[in-house]
Amino acid sequence: MNAHLPSRRMILLGGLGATGALVVGYAVWPSHRLERDDALAAKPNEKFISNWIKIATDGTITVVVPHCDMGTGIFTALPQMAAEELDADWGQVRSEAAPPDPLFANGALAEGFILSGQDMTADDLPAFLRGTVANTFRTVAGFMSLQVTGGSSAIRFTGVYGMRLAGAAAREMLVKAAAARWSVDAASCTTKASRVLHAASGRSLGYGELVADAATYTPSSNPTVKPRSQYTLVGKPIPRFDIPKKVDGTTNYGLDVKQPGMLYAAIKISPVFGGKLTSVDAAPIAQARGIKKIVYLNDAVVVVADRFWRARDAVAALDPKWDNAGNGGVTSGQIAARHTAALRGADLKKDVTKGNGADALAGGRLVEATYTVPYLSHAPMEPMNATALWKDGELEVWSGTQDGLGARAFCAKTANLPFDKVTYHLMPMGGGFGRRLPGYFNFLEHAVKTAMALPGIPVKLIYTRDQDMQHDYYRPNVTSHFRAALDGNGMPLAWVNDYTTDTGANAEAHIVYGIDNQALRTAKVETHVPVGPWRSVEASWHGFFIESFVDELAHAAGKDPLAFRRSLLTHAPRHLAALNLAAEKAGWGTPLPQGRARGIAMFESFQTIVAHVVEITLAPNGALKVDRVVTAVDAGMAVNPDGMRAQIEGGIIYGLTAALNGEITIDKGAVVQANFPDYEMVRLAECPQIEVHLITSDAPLGGAGEPGVPPLAPAIANAIFAASGTRIRELPVKNHNLTVAQR
Amino acid sequence: MSIQLKINGTVHDLDVEDDAPLLWVIRDEIGLTGTKFGCGIAQCGACTVHVDGNAQRSCVTPVNSVVGTEITTIEGLGANGLTPVQQAWIDHQVPQCGYCQSGMIMAVSALLKTNPKPSDDDLAAAITNICRCGTYPRIRAAVHALAEKA
Repeated sequence: MNAHLPSRRMILLGGLGATGALVVGYAVWPSHRLERDDALAAKPNEKFISNWIKIATDGTITVVVPHCDMGTGIFTALPQMAAEELDADWGQVRSEAAPPDPLFANGALAEGFILSGQDMTADDLPAFLRGTVANTFRTVAGFMSLQVTGGSSAIRFTGVYGMRLAGAAAREMLVKAAAARWSVDAASCTTKASRVLHAASGRSLGYGELVADAATYTPSSNPTVKPRSQYTLVGKPIPRFDIPKKVDGTTNYGLDVKQPGMLYAAIKISPVFGGKLTSVDAAPIAQARGIKKIVYLNDAVVVVADRFWRARDAVAALDPKWDNAGNGGVTSGQIAARHTAALRGADLKKDVTKGNGADALAGGRLVEATYTVPYLSHAPMEPMNATALWKDGELEVWSGTQDGLGARAFCAKTANLPFDKVTYHLMPMGGGFGRRLPGYFNFLEHAVKTAMALPGIPVKLIYTRDQDMQHDYYRPNVTSHFRAALDGNGMPLAWVNDYTTDTGANAEAHIVYGIDNQALRTAKVETHVPVGPWRSVEASWHGFFIESFVDELAHAAGKDPLAFRRSLLTHAPRHLAALNLAAEKAGWGTPLPQGRARGIAMFESFQTIVAHVVEITLAPNGALKVDRVVTAVDAGMAVNPDGMRAQIEGGIIYGLTAALNGEITIDKGAVVQANFPDYEMVRLAECPQIEVHLITSDAPLGGAGEPGVPPLAPAIANAIFAASGTRIRELPVKNHNLTVAQR
Repeated sequence: MSIQLKINGTVHDLDVEDDAPLLWVIRDEIGLTGTKFGCGIAQCGACTVHVDGNAQRSCVTPVNSVVGTEITTIEGLGANGLTPVQQAWIDHQVPQCGYCQSGMIMAVSALLKTNPKPSDDDLAAAITNICRCGTYPRIRAAVHALAEKA
């Protein structure tokens, strides 16, 4: 048995108390639930063998995934994990999304958090779950109402604590059924390629033939799972199920929903966050074609028309008046001043103190630096949208979100309806990156309220790109101040870090480097700008801060940045190995042509360690090109190595756009940027050569979607320093003049 | 206000404004939703279709400018089975969320007709579509594989 698999008892001790633990630990298993599962999500000839696995009489195995598809490959990787334990014939395996019903709540996700030591108090919840708290999913039972896709959690929680067990439990039931049919000992049976085999008598039965009998057994709550050494499906780069429908235009996203008699809605939301609609003159669109209704919401005006472009053009012609609640003068400069004041103020809150803390600064040479990252928008390619139908006191909603259950509950709350009066259709997402997580459902609220103004008519509300970009929940603007002291050998004696936060202390600020004396404090800064989880969340800023400052210390000590890091990681063999592999594959230390330079950075997030070595060309005129990114990734092992590479590549590009270009600024209380020309994206022309090297270790499985992002920006900034002597302490890079004359 | 558009070989009689955007006419009037909306200002390329074989961003294309042309959408591109470009996208496991890929495939398909063996620079200059998931390395690899076969 794998050492990382918890016993049920461990869950009991996980900090929840007996009743809650029963829910969390066993909710996946009780067999009476399977009848309701059948009613909800099984087709004729299918039986739920365990929650999440359906086997049809023809042997087709459908793995029901309690997540949403946003392109990360989990609709293939999670079935791989279940099929591995099930000894399934992969050719018969399919996958589908779980219905947004509490029966398919993702208990494994909750379990993963408990076991990974996360304290489930509101302040300490990981950011991608905070919205669930805001939506009163606060109790343990409520916590079960999760189908969140975020936090790079699908494999490491749903897979490890759910899919493996579901597959193993289903296999045990099939074996018991076959053994009973043959009147032999179950221990004398084996399984392979979707068949139960009895070697002694040469008999075998296919899983499809055993479905009806197997379903009569109660799934084990503690089935035996395979050691990694016996894996045959997990660890293979199996092609993704969802890709064929993504090359011929047939994947239906939320934007593509069609309903009979459907109308289209376009919206203009108060530009200043928190502003209220006071009046709007509808005269300019009185003669416009196809307009069906103007809907006045608390914070927005919506035009509903027979076609989207007509609604869009009409809403653009309106000039609504707003009450900006005193925020109409806020600028980025004022927010920056608040950061500075908070960091200099007396209200800093202690997080970690080690050894002699800040007192140890006095013992060595002081190095000091302040870094800032800007607000960022998620800007997924599919703008926010939802279709809603309010009819006969019930609500039906179609939308792509990162939590089907949470979205359904949110819609119920918005319409003041009981949960079971809301039907929610979870659509594939054209990108998520945190934008579509619970707590950030402004588009659902706007769509539901608009539909409620047009009873009996389905209405599709689409944010135009400017509305999407200007009414996001942004990656926070954060400032971090460091002081460190170097001893006579250039080694750090003390590490002191104060940083701004909109919530509380971030675990991502805790460093892996071995420094005896540390003091970390936080300064709370609140603004009217809404913030939320953005791919890699807190790691997206602390990765940049920490890995930039470590690099500064190396240079201040006159040491090679790789050698300096190595000397501080002797206690952390996995981190050291990732760093060394990236450095070796990139040829760290070998000469480069004039104008080229390398930068290195390494950061652990979501249980995965990523080290990047970036190679850049910096021209005398300041033009920067990122030529190559060489990456080492230790996520324990990759369930689907090609899928993991794709996620790391994607994280690198997402991180590159942010590092080079990404910046949302505030003027007159509102977001300045409106579309891609002023919020520019990396495109093919700027895409570096990327080499991803996967490390297989015996560590618990880590996430894939986010961990590639955090070390990318510091690796670029460190390379720029190596090339020019200019230290980038404020992102994005585009704001810095890197011409030779300015260096 | 009747306009005739030929889309994927079929002529449609449409009662829309002369300047109605082709993207929304394709999606809302014709009902073909494989062509996507991303930015509305011809920046991202998610709405790319072929007009007489050339890649064009349909979100800023008024319908009266394409009367009498042959318009092809992603649905029409692979009407007779997957094209080599679509197959290469599967072979290289290009899409992630997939939302931009209709436009990406339309843009690459048009490029390869005039330049079957594009260099990285040719590709970078011609394909300016945005993919937020970051599938560019795989797009590059898929196009090079197609070029080798060309």
